[in-house]
Amino acid sequence: METIKNSSSRTDFLSAGAYLRIAFVGALLGIVLAKSEAANWDRVHKMFRFEEAHMYLIIGVGIAVAMVGMWILKKIHASSIGGKPIAYEAKPLHKGVIIGGMIFGAGWAITGACPGPIYTQIGGGEFYALMTLLGALLGMFSYAFLKGKLPH
Amino acid sequence: MKEFILQPWPWWFSGTIIGIIVPLLYLLSGKGFGVSTSFQELGALCCKNKGPGYLKNFNWRSGLWTLVFSAGIILGGWIAVHLLSDAPILFLPESFHSPGGLTRLLIGGWLVGFGTRYAGGCTSGHAINGIANLNLPSLIATIFFFVGGVAVTWGLGNLIF
Repeated sequence: METIKNSSSRTDFLSAGAYLRIAFVGALLGIVLAKSEAANWDRVHKMFRFEEAHMYLIIGVGIAVAMVGMWILKKIHASSIGGKPIAYEAKPLHKGVIIGGMIFGAGWAITGACPGPIYTQIGGGEFYALMTLLGALLGMFSYAFLKGKLPH
Repeated sequence: MKEFILQPWPWWFSGTIIGIIVPLLYLLSGKGFGVSTSFQELGALCCKNKGPGYLKNFNWRSGLWTLVFSAGIILGGWIAVHLLSDAPILFLPESFHSPGGLTRLLIGGWLVGFGTRYAGGCTSGHAINGIANLNLPSLIATIFFFVGGVAVTWGLGNLIF
């Protein structure tokens, strides 16, 4: 039993190469979030004030390109480098999608950062964003403890 | 070319790269694009086999990649500022560099952490990866991200901005 447990927990980790590739894609994301100014509070504020199309265009083009890419991957039954078939894990609908969604939107408007830009800001030397990250972790812990009492 | 890279990037270029990241991450690692699960991973790492089921029952080993991804994003922010720009990149306005600003970041950050975990995703996992995979709940989530953001911006505008 113990050996089975051990071997299964070992396979939960990815290979060093896979982690390196993930870090590479993460770095690409951090670069584009900074260079596009999507991690700039002012850009986010102007998005919510409908003063600029910039953020809507970035998100819109991002969705469109990702949609075409995923359509192609599914069409050719592509596998990842590890050899596993690529499958999207659908996120379910529940009340939290609506309530939590609005709560997150409020936080995004106040801090000017969704989770990706929080990390981008920290890497870019905006160390006040460590406060945003601290708040986000407190929010995550609050959710963890309250989950059973919240409507889902 | 060098000039183009060093300037702020236009929306069409930035959007295209973000879009490519979704299938690229699947191809290179088999993982779905999403950032806010890294918060849950940090929580699970912090109270291994303890605490509420949301953290205790989360497999921190298979979630470890989310922290590697986050570390990559931090590195990318550094590269953009130090190697790919000839002018400073703006993040937070000067008004945040104050006790009041830090309080706003803490409260707003709490809303980001609580809201994304309650909704099951953020801009990356729901708005981009979810909609790109034609997941209807993700479209609903995205609509309500904007409902919340617009309501706070217009409703509380003078109070908090």
